[in-house]
Amino acid sequence: MSEAITYHSVSARRVGAMVLRYWYLLRSSWPRVVDLIYWPAVQMLVWGFLQLYLVDQTSLAARAGGAFIGAVLLWDILFRGQIGFSISFLEELWSRNLANLMMTPLRPSELIVAQMVMSIVRVLIGLVPVTIMAIIFFGFNFWGLGFAVAAFFLNLILTSWSIGLVASGMVLKKGLGAEGLAWSLTFLLLPLCCVYYPVSTLPVWLQWISLALPPTHVFEGLRTLLIENRFDGPSMITAFLLNILYFTAASAGFGLLLRSARKTGALMQTGE
Amino acid sequence: MKAMRAEIPAISIVGLAKTYRAVVAVDGIDFSVSRGSIVGLLGGNGAGKTTTIAMIMGLVLPTRGTAKVLGTDMARDRHRILHRINFESPYVEMPKRLTVRQNLKVFGALYDVPDRARQIDKLADELDLKDLLDRETGQLSSGQKTRVALAKALINEPDVLLLDEPTASLDPDTADWVRTHIERYRRERHAAILLASHNMPEVERLCDDVLMMKAGKIVDRGKPAELITRYGRQTMEEVFLDVARDRRKQVAE
Repeated sequence: MSEAITYHSVSARRVGAMVLRYWYLLRSSWPRVVDLIYWPAVQMLVWGFLQLYLVDQTSLAARAGGAFIGAVLLWDILFRGQIGFSISFLEELWSRNLANLMMTPLRPSELIVAQMVMSIVRVLIGLVPVTIMAIIFFGFNFWGLGFAVAAFFLNLILTSWSIGLVASGMVLKKGLGAEGLAWSLTFLLLPLCCVYYPVSTLPVWLQWISLALPPTHVFEGLRTLLIENRFDGPSMITAFLLNILYFTAASAGFGLLLRSARKTGALMQTGE
Repeated sequence: MKAMRAEIPAISIVGLAKTYRAVVAVDGIDFSVSRGSIVGLLGGNGAGKTTTIAMIMGLVLPTRGTAKVLGTDMARDRHRILHRINFESPYVEMPKRLTVRQNLKVFGALYDVPDRARQIDKLADELDLKDLLDRETGQLSSGQKTRVALAKALINEPDVLLLDEPTASLDPDTADWVRTHIERYRRERHAAILLASHNMPEVERLCDDVLMMKAGKIVDRGKPAELITRYGRQTMEEVFLDVARDRRKQVAE
């Protein structure tokens, strides 16, 4: 039974233990919880008021009611999902606990699943209050988008995990010197995945790159839903298939970086 | 079958080596640790002790050779055996924001310890942690943290225990108390313990055998009393200095 095989095995009990560990941490620190809500709320308010202003200025903005607010909420799922995933990992480095964990029967796959669970928990802690604020301030009911919300959420959270895996792997290999990646990697997607404007805005050559990114399909799907009142199912399936591809590649990459860290001794020296 | 199992050393190291680029950290070492014994791994800073322990734990892959624990190759199959091993090092910490009880609960669950609450209470009794259980781990003194780390290391009642300077930064009273606990654990569980230490009185007291490391190699080995006699010294501290300062050859001559 090699590391490569055990890497794929998952014990619900050990995953539960790690989720409990992160939950204890979150519960012990109210600034951590406030941080999950604060920035999404500020972002939503800024874009919400901008949308209100534009509605008075252009007919397109009037037709696409909630497009900016919806986009900012979806962007936050992607960004916070990745940060939530990566922070759980960084917490182990900050507390110098990684070697302790790696000496337990905990498998890399179980650590990853626990990070995924905590990523969803952190996203929901931020998203639910902010979506309620969106209803109160702007009359935009995010949850009223129905099934589309589930499709958007699934695709964005999957992308966030892929990015989180790459960032965690790099931190594992390069130490906390690579921590900046965990905070900034997702922003690389911001201009490319067309959060606030349609893909057609980009130069043609860049559109191909943009369409290879699952979040582009989600943000295009949101605009289609709000402007044309139509849910673009095939586009969501394309995004999902792309996500499977990227997640598989990111998992394999994480496995390789972990092996590399075991070769270089980085697991024992998880500082800067 | 039982007899066969008994013959397998708890730790078996054969031709183990690790090179980081041009730096040879461990240079082809061989040794074994049998059940119920405490073996000391001695050497100055950079001698290769930590890398050796990391390879035994499977956290570092050897460049060549094998490190087997309870018959399992740790570079390849470590997850088969990790539930029977544990370790403690002052250089590895536990989450500071979690209380002692929360930390022990999490590690107990990771090791699948049955009846975790009872095991935590038992360890709290034995290691005098009762008053600390509901305090944040980061708020404890270094001596208290060491006792908590020892509780973590014993939570799964391991057959193989790796201790990296378990009494570093402890006052003499607490250090003595920890050593007594380690001795008792070895006796009661018939556990194999590999102990890396710079504290020579500790080595003399606890270890059945000692491995002296220098520049990645094992340069000498034996029982503490034998080594002291062979080097014509009074204490292990003097033997250590002979080895560290290369006076070994002169002594042999």
